[in-house]
Amino acid sequence: MARIVAGVTTSHVPAIGAALDLGKTADPYWQPVFAGYEFSKRWIADQKPDVVVLVYNDHASAFSLELIPTFAIGCAESFAPADEGWGPRPVPVVQGHPELAWHIAQSTILDEFDMTIVNRMDVDHGLTVPLSLMFGQPAAWPCKVIPLAVNVVQYPPPTGNRCWNLGRAIRKAVETFPEDLKVMVWGTGGMSHQLQGPRAGLINREFDTAFLDRLSSDPEGLAKIPHVDYVREAGSEGIELVMWLIMRGALARDAREVYRFYHVPASNTAVGHMILENA
Amino acid sequence: MTTYNEAFKDIPGTVIFDATQSRLGYQLNMFCMSLMNAGNRAAFKADERAYLAGFPMTEAQRQAVLDRDYNRMIALGGNIYFLAKIGATDGFSFQNLAAKMTGVPEEDYRAMMIAGGRPAQGNRSRSNPGR
Repeated sequence: MARIVAGVTTSHVPAIGAALDLGKTADPYWQPVFAGYEFSKRWIADQKPDVVVLVYNDHASAFSLELIPTFAIGCAESFAPADEGWGPRPVPVVQGHPELAWHIAQSTILDEFDMTIVNRMDVDHGLTVPLSLMFGQPAAWPCKVIPLAVNVVQYPPPTGNRCWNLGRAIRKAVETFPEDLKVMVWGTGGMSHQLQGPRAGLINREFDTAFLDRLSSDPEGLAKIPHVDYVREAGSEGIELVMWLIMRGALARDAREVYRFYHVPASNTAVGHMILENA
Repeated sequence: MTTYNEAFKDIPGTVIFDATQSRLGYQLNMFCMSLMNAGNRAAFKADERAYLAGFPMTEAQRQAVLDRDYNRMIALGGNIYFLAKIGATDGFSFQNLAAKMTGVPEEDYRAMMIAGGRPAQGNRSRSNPGR
């Protein structure tokens, strides 16, 4: 049977992708960011996941205002990097896992989560930057990826509690997939940041640190934070943190924190990263 | 529902992209989406006013685009992830746009971020500015 072995959370700042693509990783500004992922790159090389369910948000790339799915699962064979206004990132095409993706779609829909099934979707920095941070710059990504796009652009986004429960449903789905697969669930976005208006640049280290602490120790409590608190405390784009709860819900309650990294800033954003392993 | 939407209005310097803003800004944001195509970016750069005329948005929205007044575009229903495509077309980073919106030179904004960013203290609440 398939099993979820670990979860990863990480910010997905577009400037990190640009720094990597333009060969700036050794610049004094960027070096501390990439140094924070050295452990993670070694760790994942040992772990060798077969499939990553990658929870992220689309930033007006695949989904405009014509169609705004709350939860969209990518069931295609492959997903091309999106042109976000400066040409697509020079990264490999993402290979999907249609069998597992369809299985998760069916299982979660029967579990009363109204997933949107997507057969064609370009993937933007929200999905490709986490892959770059964890895997570097390979000629091909070393595992299959199931994109799970969450709306956090148009209000209202899903509640933290809904995300937590979706994670639990994904766990149940994966564990009933007959093929023997090592699966990871990644939750991306955050941490504190605001990209709009006169309050842009907001960073809240205390909130972020408490969020990381509670992600491993008190996820049910974390799932109760209302949207307004995310925006007030972590900035308008800090709302992306609800996506981390999908990752956490997909792991065992007693999952163990094996790594944590936090750094300010990457462009406008506090970079947060955590690895949790199931026992 | 009112309570949910009203609660955000206490947060300073922030526009929530809710149903009202989304309806107001639909055409402006769809114009921004068109800039994901290299040919459209070239057409926009060649004659901005003519290109904007092809989208049924308000004259105020068109003017805000021409002025690159991002705070005004947000007030008129623009969403930052859509508006960022204008910045990308102009060759500017997100940090450059953020500096523009906060009204400081980019070097000052960058220095603020390196020093730890804008603190939450004093920036949480209009009704309680000290919070």
